[in-house]
Amino acid sequence: MKKIYLIYLLAVPFFMNAQTDIDGIMMNKNNFCVGAIYQYSSWDEYWEGDFKRENLNLGTVSTRAIGLMGNYGISDKLNAIFSVPYIETNASAGTMKGQKGIQDLSLTLKYMPLEKTIGEATYSIYALGSFTTPLSNYSADYLPLSLGLKSKTVSLRLMGDYQRGNFFTTISGAYVKRANITIDRNAYLTDEMHYTNEVDMPDAISINFRAGYRSNRLIAEFIIDNWVTQSGGFDITKNNMPFPSNTMNALKYGINSKYTFKKIPELSLVGGYNYVAEGRNVGKSDTFYGGVFYVINFKKTSPQDEK
Amino acid sequence: MKNKIQKKACTTLLAIFLACAYSCSDDIIERNEFEALNPTNTDDLAGNWKTFLLTAPNEFLLEAPIATNTPAFTREINEIKSYQTNISENQKKIIKYWSAGGVLRWNEIMRTLVARHNRPPYQNEDGTYPAPSAANPFANPQFPFSNPPYAARAYAYVSAAQYDAMVATWYYKKLYNRAAPFTVDATLQVLIPKSTMPSYPSEDGVLSGVTVELLKLLFPTEIAYIDGKAEEQKLYRIISGANVRSDIDAGIILGRKIATKFIARAGADGAGAAIGNQALWTQLETQTAATGETPWMSLDLPARPPMLPLFGKVKSFLMTPEMVVASRPVPPPSTKSEQFAKELAEIKDYGTNPSRKNMEIVAFWADGVGTYTPPGHWNAIAAEAFVEQNYSEVRWARNMALLNIAMMDAAISCWDAKYTYFNPRPSQLDPSIKTMTGVPNFPSYVSGHSTFSGAACVVLSHIIPAKAQNFINMEKEASDSRMFGCIHYRSDCEKGLELGEKVGGFAVARAIIDGAE
Repeated sequence: MKKIYLIYLLAVPFFMNAQTDIDGIMMNKNNFCVGAIYQYSSWDEYWEGDFKRENLNLGTVSTRAIGLMGNYGISDKLNAIFSVPYIETNASAGTMKGQKGIQDLSLTLKYMPLEKTIGEATYSIYALGSFTTPLSNYSADYLPLSLGLKSKTVSLRLMGDYQRGNFFTTISGAYVKRANITIDRNAYLTDEMHYTNEVDMPDAISINFRAGYRSNRLIAEFIIDNWVTQSGGFDITKNNMPFPSNTMNALKYGINSKYTFKKIPELSLVGGYNYVAEGRNVGKSDTFYGGVFYVINFKKTSPQDEK
Repeated sequence: MKNKIQKKACTTLLAIFLACAYSCSDDIIERNEFEALNPTNTDDLAGNWKTFLLTAPNEFLLEAPIATNTPAFTREINEIKSYQTNISENQKKIIKYWSAGGVLRWNEIMRTLVARHNRPPYQNEDGTYPAPSAANPFANPQFPFSNPPYAARAYAYVSAAQYDAMVATWYYKKLYNRAAPFTVDATLQVLIPKSTMPSYPSEDGVLSGVTVELLKLLFPTEIAYIDGKAEEQKLYRIISGANVRSDIDAGIILGRKIATKFIARAGADGAGAAIGNQALWTQLETQTAATGETPWMSLDLPARPPMLPLFGKVKSFLMTPEMVVASRPVPPPSTKSEQFAKELAEIKDYGTNPSRKNMEIVAFWADGVGTYTPPGHWNAIAAEAFVEQNYSEVRWARNMALLNIAMMDAAISCWDAKYTYFNPRPSQLDPSIKTMTGVPNFPSYVSGHSTFSGAACVVLSHIIPAKAQNFINMEKEASDSRMFGCIHYRSDCEKGLELGEKVGGFAVARAIIDGAE
């Protein structure tokens, strides 16, 4: 149950709004939820600055990913979450070779300091700290077909959740700080030439809103997600190639669902869809995903823990 | 207990975020932060060096300067002092930047201009492509599209003009022998290394005058940017105390006059017609098909006309048209030959599970869209090597001119071969070959990267023999990168290197007799 912030690039909108850490749900103490998600994302139009265009030399750019994810309840109020995706990129037209490989490890601590029920409504507040780091030496400077941006990131997200009966609303905002990356060339142009292989990556702010139905068995929600690159990015100029430190903004809409089996409450299925409605220097991608999760209760299965 | 854990969790989260956020904001130090130029040899006899277009160093008259014992000269020194009393941080930055050397910085500025304009036109609605127009540079697409041949020619013209201008400068410095302001007034502060050469005309003034005029021609949409740089260079000389204003003003006038000669040549060198027309594009295809070979086809979608098919006819600084033809490589292996099949299979193999090292080499040398092109890459390599040598401005200009002219000749000879043989890229014959860099929109044989690299390597190895092995390793890697990227066959690369080395030899032959060695 996890997501990777970042990676909208032209290419890879990632596990973006799969059932994720940015929901108002916590694993109970000693429970470990583990699962896998398959995601397919594609676009045939992208924004070059604010100019929406297609590129016949790329055709449809697609990203297939399988992510392994886990969420462990350190306590009822503190969860540790990880994810590791394997990604393959492809362009349906032109000559450019797609890439494949393991992308970035993401680790998140999710903490719920406050949960209060007043009347029929429950309010809760969360803080999430995430760290991501590339797990393989892929090239970030191969957009739009690179596996990712290769930047180590840290992010801090604050989130509030409100539930009344089976209906809920969650809103959250994060600041994502990105570390410089190293590319394979030793000079590159942003607005000026830079004579170095290091690239200063712009930070980003992510705002996420979700609302819908939530019970023990079923979750169905819609989401609005807005990713805004902060200062330091720049636009792709007319008919130019994209670059890792481009400004990449995306406003996404989507739906998520999660179904937990009645007879096997440890097992659940997730699935969803989202699309980029407005963007800047990113692909206008459609994303589908589906996955399966299983909850293991270490308390039950390992009585030694009790001693 | 629980509370404690929670507090700890909360502070840990915040601490990790802040620590990481702090450690992320490392400033980047770039390689072009150079020390002030302090030549080991002033090359005081450079006024006699052989020029490219000037018939004599004094072909353009420079008037005699006012004497240093006049009140007018004193007022010029007072101007310097008044700037220095209120020097700003920004002015200090300008001095730091330009004091590394005018030829160095103008080459660097040119690389920026090339990179900014190295973008192929975006197609029209009907799938045709508009062409950039020098007569209407702000239209879509902007003029120029500084692709490798355009860039090679731009670097060469500016460098050749700078070199002729520096020879004239050295000639006039000796002729008028006007003392530098800090020699006349010992109380004057000098913020950069003092030169023992006479200061009239200012080499920076001449460089700015000649370069600005040529860049206005070559990058007309960038004139405001170029003027801004020239203003800074002028200010740098005055504030630093190296020149009085009349040194600079005279230099600019001389530089502008010299530029006219190069601008006139550029207008008649054939580059303007190099784009060809539909009749020529069709003819290239039919005449190749008539030989029984597979003609080159654009792999761009929509198909794009071939890049500058007549660039091979552009007038070289060092080669006659006969020399271009005589240097032309033998025909490539027939697309029906066994040798060709072998070479195609080799390229396909490079594309199957490429090593990370190979991908890195491809990216390092790609120099494609949005970059300063291969001639710019070698220009940057040369600049960093020359900095270590502490050349005088005139020697900087001479060495850059030899390099950049050799690379323009590489462009001419390579484009001559490409459009003589018009042979297809690997992915055209075998669409299952996927590439690791963009497929350039012109025929395969011979490789442009290899030709540029061969020419650059020969010239640079002649100029700095101690680094020859280093340059040879680079030319080889640059050439190989095109096979690793799956866009060239081995013959393209090997014959390209040979051609480049041959063409570079013409520049070396000139270097031996130009009076500088």
